[in-house]
Amino acid sequence: MPALKVENVKKIYPSLHAKGQEVLAIEDISLEVNKNEFCSILGHSGCGKTTLLNLIAGFEVPTSGRIECAGKLVKGPGADRSMVFQDYALFPWLTVYDNIAFGLKVKRTGAAEINQVVTRFAALVGLSHFVSHYPHQLSGGMRQRVSIARALVVNPTVLLMDEPFAALDAQNRAMMQAEMIRILNEESKTVVLVTHSIEEAINLSDVIVVMTRRPGRVKEVIRIPEPRKMVEDTPAYLEVRRKIRDLIAGEHDLSEVS
Amino acid sequence: MQIIHFLKQFRRLALLVILLAGWEYASRFILDKTEATLLPPPSGVARGAYELMESGEIWKHLFDSLSREFVAFCYASVAIPLGIVMGCFKWVNEQVDPIVEILRPIPPIAWIPLSILWFGVGNTQNQFIIFLGIFFPILLNTIDAVKNVEPNLIRAARCLGAGSWGVITRVVLRAALPQIVTGIRIGLGVGWMALVAAELVGANSGLGFLINDARTVLRTDYILVGMLAIGLIGLCLDRLIRYTAQKLMPWSRALNA
Repeated sequence: MPALKVENVKKIYPSLHAKGQEVLAIEDISLEVNKNEFCSILGHSGCGKTTLLNLIAGFEVPTSGRIECAGKLVKGPGADRSMVFQDYALFPWLTVYDNIAFGLKVKRTGAAEINQVVTRFAALVGLSHFVSHYPHQLSGGMRQRVSIARALVVNPTVLLMDEPFAALDAQNRAMMQAEMIRILNEESKTVVLVTHSIEEAINLSDVIVVMTRRPGRVKEVIRIPEPRKMVEDTPAYLEVRRKIRDLIAGEHDLSEVS
Repeated sequence: MQIIHFLKQFRRLALLVILLAGWEYASRFILDKTEATLLPPPSGVARGAYELMESGEIWKHLFDSLSREFVAFCYASVAIPLGIVMGCFKWVNEQVDPIVEILRPIPPIAWIPLSILWFGVGNTQNQFIIFLGIFFPILLNTIDAVKNVEPNLIRAARCLGAGSWGVITRVVLRAALPQIVTGIRIGLGVGWMALVAAELVGANSGLGFLINDARTVLRTDYILVGMLAIGLIGLCLDRLIRYTAQKLMPWSRALNA
């Protein structure tokens, strides 16, 4: 059974302005993500990739089609699909420790177990010395580490990531991608990542789903030959990158024509 | 170094000192006796303050005013849960909002005549007026704060397993707290102004009563002392809340700006 199964999902947004003018965001999307697979959803901005992620998270309801997580129909948000947000979405009034512990406290886990788990995950993301800091005292990269730890603590079936490193500068971004690989080596997880960076998708993924422009459809699914071991600038890497770049470049901006 | 620092601080008060000196001079040497009664010099005001403090009269009025403000604040704090419910549930907001919108623009002072008929002269009437002053700023700020909670914080809580109640208590309430405190600050300020107005006409004690009572016996120095006390207490209340809130919520950008 796949960890995540998306079947013929379609999402229409009612128009806010003109009556009857609905927006078809995504259409006929089907994909499967296996256990411990890293799947990237890649596409132009506005192609509906974040919409798809919000549907998987249960923040929004698909107009038609169904989404299953470990065989269970998705009806709303739940801890089996925790999310890492682009803007971190850390609780500013909680310390790093309490942010990471949030999902456990909601479940009313005992203090001793919380302490043990939080300590482990703080160490995993390299923040052992910062557990009593508040988010506003941390850099962007560190905040995103907290956010990753917070999402992992609830042991989700699928970890959802919405352009998690887009707000970071290039250096931090590369470092966080390397960190993500290290974390996943220690803590196997099924991940769905939304990104518009081809390099990020190649570096992190087993599978890359390339989406078309609005309405978003699955254009092609690409398997990476040696996941997370590709060396940049080798012929194999450049080959994959060129292929994806061509797929994306083939997507002319139809929205401006129509 | 310390002396230089002290002098630098003192420099900020230079204009104030010059104005006070000018006032003292005018009151003593330019104004004639009748006029000087209407505007006593700062030294006279200081003497009045000393008299009022020594006789203990000012403390009594101050205590009465502050306890009215406090009691009214306790009643008015129902605005916090009401505001949260209004911010969270659309149908409650739909029902209550029109009532709030009609009542809100009526200044608390406009309620004085009716409230005297309802409650007579005294504590209850004063508290009612202050209540009206405090209630609406807290309510409006709470509603606004709840509506403006970062949507991603709520989503984050939901996908970490929090239910509706968990989202309200663990996220909405905490995220809204700084702005609720701002509402309390504004409310206590408005309430304090309303209090003095209420005491001018409908009380037998309090700072408002003190200055109005001093008018009838032409003690302008007492009036000025009372006015100063009203201003100082208002300032202290505001600073106290701000300081406490900053200590309790060091993470809030709004409070520490």
